[in-house]
Amino acid sequence: MPRVSYTAPATVDDAVKALAGAAGLAKVLSGGTDLLVQLKSGRLKPDLIVDTKRIPGMIGIREEGDYFVIGAATPGVLISAHQPLEHAYPGIVEGVDLIGSQQIQGRCTIAGNLCNASPAADSVPPVIAARARAVVAGPGGRREVPVEEIVTGPGRTSLQKGEFVVEFKIPLPKPRQSDAYLRFIPRTEMDIAVVGCAVNVTLDESGACTDARVVLGAVAPTQVIVAGAAEALRGHKLDEDTLQRLDSAAQAACHPITDKRGTIEYRTKVAGVLARRAAAIAFDRAATRGATIAGAV
Amino acid sequence: MSKHHVTTTINGEPVEYLCEAQQTMLDVLRDELNLTGSKEGCGSGDCGACTVIVDGNIVCSCLMLGVEAEGKTITTVEGIAEGDKLHPVQQKFLEHAALQCGFCTPGFIVAAKALLDENKNPTEEETRYWLAGNLCRCTGYDKIIRAVLDAAALMRGEAGAV
Repeated sequence: MPRVSYTAPATVDDAVKALAGAAGLAKVLSGGTDLLVQLKSGRLKPDLIVDTKRIPGMIGIREEGDYFVIGAATPGVLISAHQPLEHAYPGIVEGVDLIGSQQIQGRCTIAGNLCNASPAADSVPPVIAARARAVVAGPGGRREVPVEEIVTGPGRTSLQKGEFVVEFKIPLPKPRQSDAYLRFIPRTEMDIAVVGCAVNVTLDESGACTDARVVLGAVAPTQVIVAGAAEALRGHKLDEDTLQRLDSAAQAACHPITDKRGTIEYRTKVAGVLARRAAAIAFDRAATRGATIAGAV
Repeated sequence: MSKHHVTTTINGEPVEYLCEAQQTMLDVLRDELNLTGSKEGCGSGDCGACTVIVDGNIVCSCLMLGVEAEGKTITTVEGIAEGDKLHPVQQKFLEHAALQCGFCTPGFIVAAKALLDENKNPTEEETRYWLAGNLCRCTGYDKIIRAVLDAAALMRGEAGAV
C-alpha cells in the first residue's frame, strides 16, 4: 500500500482535530473492511488514517434513556451477540449479520457500512427503518441527524471535513413494534444485495398497522424510504389487497441500474416480492411479541 | 515517516515490533515476524487464507493494519498446535485428507478452531456458513466440513461418526 500516516486519538475532540487539521485527505478507520480494500486498489489515497477505536464509547452497545446507543466502531460480532438489541430489532441484526463473512463480522461496523455509502449496504435499510439518528462530531461540535441524511449518493456522504459518526441512537421499540430485513442474492452467502428491503411496523391490539417504515436498498443511488409502502400498510392488516398495494408502492419507488447482479426490470420485481415477505415477517414478529413487552426490553 | 512501535501478544508470547502505518497485520506477520503460515490469497478479505484470531474473533489479517495490534491478543496458525501435539482440527484435516495444495489450509484451521471454541457441537449448516469466508479451489469443501465435524466430535470425547 502507498505510504500513509496513522493516528489513534483517545478522545473525540482529538479525532476531530486530526481529521480537520489534516493537510490532505484524512479517512476514518473503524473496521477497515472497506477502507483497506480501497487503499490497496489505489481508489483512495489518503494522507492520514484516523483510527477511532481507542476512543472510549466507540465500541459497545448501551441503553441510555429511551435509546439504544451503538458506538460507531462496534463490530458485527458484538451487535449479533447483544440479546436486548436482537430482541428489540431483529431486522437490524439480520442486516448487520449479512455483511461479509465471519472474518468480516469481526471488524465490520454499521458506521463503516453507512459511510462507505454503497446503495447495497445491508445494515443501512433496517437502521433507517428504525428511525435511528447518527451522532456526528465535527469542528462545530456535535449534531444529530437522521441516518437517511448521511448518504447522498454512491460513495458520497453529507459529512463535512473534520466530521465523523460517533454513535447511533435507536429509539427503544414500542409494544407490538418489530422489524425484518431481507436481501436477495443469487447465492446463499458472501454476495452483495441485488435488492434489500427492511420493514418496521407497529401494530394495534387488533393486529392492524398503526405505523410503518419500508426502506429499500440497491434499487437507487441511495437507500429509499418508500412513503407509499408505509401508507399502504398503515391502518391495515396484511390481507392480499394490502400486500398488493405494498408490492406496487415498493416497485414504484425503484430507480435501479442494470448490472451483472440484475437488470432494472428484475430488481424492480424483486423489490415488490421482498417487501411482501419482509412485511409478513415483521407483522408476525410484532404480533407474537404482543403487548407484554413494554418499551424497555 | 517514522515507524510505529507496537506491543502485542502473538501465540501466547509478548511481541514487540516496528511497522509502518500502511503495513497490514499480514505484512507484519509474514515480513517482520517470519510467521509465514498465514497466507495472502486475495488481499481483499474474500478468501480467508490470512485468517487470524484477534481477541477471540477471527479476522482477515490482510484487512487489519499492523499498528492496530497494539495491546491485542493474536493467534495465528502457528499457535494452534500445542508443541508437537496437533490440534484436533489439524489431526482431522490429515485423517480426512481435507487439503490438496494446502494454500487455504491455515485459514481454514484457524477459522475452524475458533468455531469449535465457540460452539462445541455445530451442525453441518452452521459449519458451512462459518467457513463461507474461506475459499478452497481444490477440495470441493466436503472433506473440510467432514474434518471439522469429526474434530468437534473428538473434542466432545465422542468417537468419530462422520
